[in-house]
Amino acid sequence: MPVHLPQPEPERRALPVHLPQPEPERPGAAVAAGRIHAHSGAVPDFESPAALAAGLADAGYLADEGLAMAGFLALRLHRPIFLEGDAGVGKTAFAAALAETAGVELIRLQCYEGLDASHALYDWDFARQVLHLRALESTGTAARGALSVEELEADLYHRRFLLARPLLRAIERAPCVLLVDEVDRADDEFEAYLLEVLADAAVTVPELGTITAEVPPVVVVTSNRTREVHDALKRRCLYHWVGHPTPERETAILRRRLPGLDERLAAQVAAATAHLRTLDLVKPPGVAEAIDWAAALRALAADTLTAGLADATLGVVLKVREDIELAAGTVGAR
Amino acid sequence: MLVEVAAKLRAAGLPVTPDRLAAFGEALDAAGVAHAYWAGRLTLCGSPDDIARYDAALLTGASPARGPSWQVRRLPERSLFRATMPPSAQAGGQDPVLSVRAADTEVLRHRDLATLSPAERAEALALLAQVALADITRAGRRHRPAGHGRVDRRRSVRAMLRAGGEPRPLLHQRRAPRPRRLVLLIDVSGSMSPYADALLRLAHAFTRHRPRWTETYTLGTRLTRLSPALRTRDPEVALREAGRLIPDWRGGTRLADGVAAFVRGDGHRGAARRAAVVVFSDGWESAEPARLGAAVAHLRRLAARTVWVSPHAGRPGFAPTAGGLAAVLPHVDALVAGHTVAALHAVLEEVRRA
Repeated sequence: MPVHLPQPEPERRALPVHLPQPEPERPGAAVAAGRIHAHSGAVPDFESPAALAAGLADAGYLADEGLAMAGFLALRLHRPIFLEGDAGVGKTAFAAALAETAGVELIRLQCYEGLDASHALYDWDFARQVLHLRALESTGTAARGALSVEELEADLYHRRFLLARPLLRAIERAPCVLLVDEVDRADDEFEAYLLEVLADAAVTVPELGTITAEVPPVVVVTSNRTREVHDALKRRCLYHWVGHPTPERETAILRRRLPGLDERLAAQVAAATAHLRTLDLVKPPGVAEAIDWAAALRALAADTLTAGLADATLGVVLKVREDIELAAGTVGAR
Repeated sequence: MLVEVAAKLRAAGLPVTPDRLAAFGEALDAAGVAHAYWAGRLTLCGSPDDIARYDAALLTGASPARGPSWQVRRLPERSLFRATMPPSAQAGGQDPVLSVRAADTEVLRHRDLATLSPAERAEALALLAQVALADITRAGRRHRPAGHGRVDRRRSVRAMLRAGGEPRPLLHQRRAPRPRRLVLLIDVSGSMSPYADALLRLAHAFTRHRPRWTETYTLGTRLTRLSPALRTRDPEVALREAGRLIPDWRGGTRLADGVAAFVRGDGHRGAARRAAVVVFSDGWESAEPARLGAAVAHLRRLAARTVWVSPHAGRPGFAPTAGGLAAVLPHVDALVAGHTVAALHAVLEEVRRA
């Protein structure tokens, strides 16, 4: 599925400025548990859902009324958005477009089974810590007594040995859009610490202190509904079910996504996709498949979706053999 | 005004908790009253079902007490717990075990569930609840230390580092077990009715024991998801609630439609993936059996193990001749009898082999 990722802005790439710098003359500075405030700034405010929808449209995403309202309220109320819907209806693309519209970075956490804190939050870079120790040993710094044990430990648990995983990175780099993709794939224990992070937009590293975002990141959580996500998580979010778009909207989406696509062809693809969704299919096509289909037809330099062409390219939209057999011959102009 | 709306929505079955209500208020402030519909929908709903209830409650403003339309389709108070013995068994004439009034559990374990007296039935059901206590697991993605198995490189290297780089004995790891999802598809059509009550109780016991990892559906003329109803602690309350949800209790059979609906809906989305799927049905399919075969073949491609349980399979002289069963047989991992407590134990053994 084509996800448009925003171009990174160079000035935002630097490490968070408020984190402690190495200060060897103050022993234990990094160990002292203090609240560290991460990068500050603000997500631009939109005056109405319509204004946000217009902004999203500029970013190439045509949101319907409900989705625009969800995005607007998420920015206003600092609440996460919980998006559910079939695969390929544009949940992930919404987060990318929201980030681009707001002019902030998109940080993505793809969930999978077995995802744990060291992959989602942070991890210590053990190899580099050992390397650091070895380097100190070989230069004889420790042996000459230049570093006390406390200093050495503080040095080892310094921010530069901390690997920020997506959740911590989102808090350090806020304002940003944090996309927690397919949360239903992760184990339910993961939901528990996701909740903790979302509730106070803070991560506590025992050796370092609590890292808090001044502006909470805009959080978009998506789910394909393969399992019921715990209510405690949903309760804190704005819930929106993303459905398939109307043929008119889908035509507009295709034209927006594929510049130069003939309007008539776009309308035909949208109508054919809508028709496919009415069939009794194992996997009804989503918007992503419709875009792929239109792109394929554009690559074939077609100007009309004929029945023959539709059957020949059906594999772009339908990925299950039984579905293709069922749909063959029912699509396209006679 | 907010409180009135909240009361109406709560009556319609929406989870309108105070914090959700507070969020609704905030959303109204931020978006304006003109957008009240979306503000409410985004903050008060938590699933597609909730959205349907929300819309229904707002549209049929006049009768909030009626509840959503899908609940009143079938009237409640149909007791699932009823004596279903044939009169001959009640008389105890042909069954020698019954004549000595054997309450011995070992005997009870091997008695056909359809031929028990109410008192025996209660005992058998208690035994059945114990079946559900078994663990059903699969190998997880994570590892845990073990005496043998693959070499745990990370722990081995750390142990060597601790020893100052000296070689240490190798440490091993194995895949940590994770619960395997269990999907129960229970046929509640007329021909299965002597067993349906016991099977629903078994489903309740499983749901109570491992709520996250058990999904229960009933098959009849349509597919009904029972899992939420079965989470109630009290089996009687849970079964009554389940009975309210099942619109086709003791009706006809359209097995193929039910199985296909499960496979294409929740099953394809993830409920069946890596799961053990157990179908309790005698395979009496009134529509074309070929479709049932195709649906079960699809189910097997999704699931880790597909087990078909037919109560008749345990009877002497059984041959899978029922139209549906013959079509299904090539596509299931195992066909097991499920007419006694002991047989249901065997089903569990089959499930655990996944």
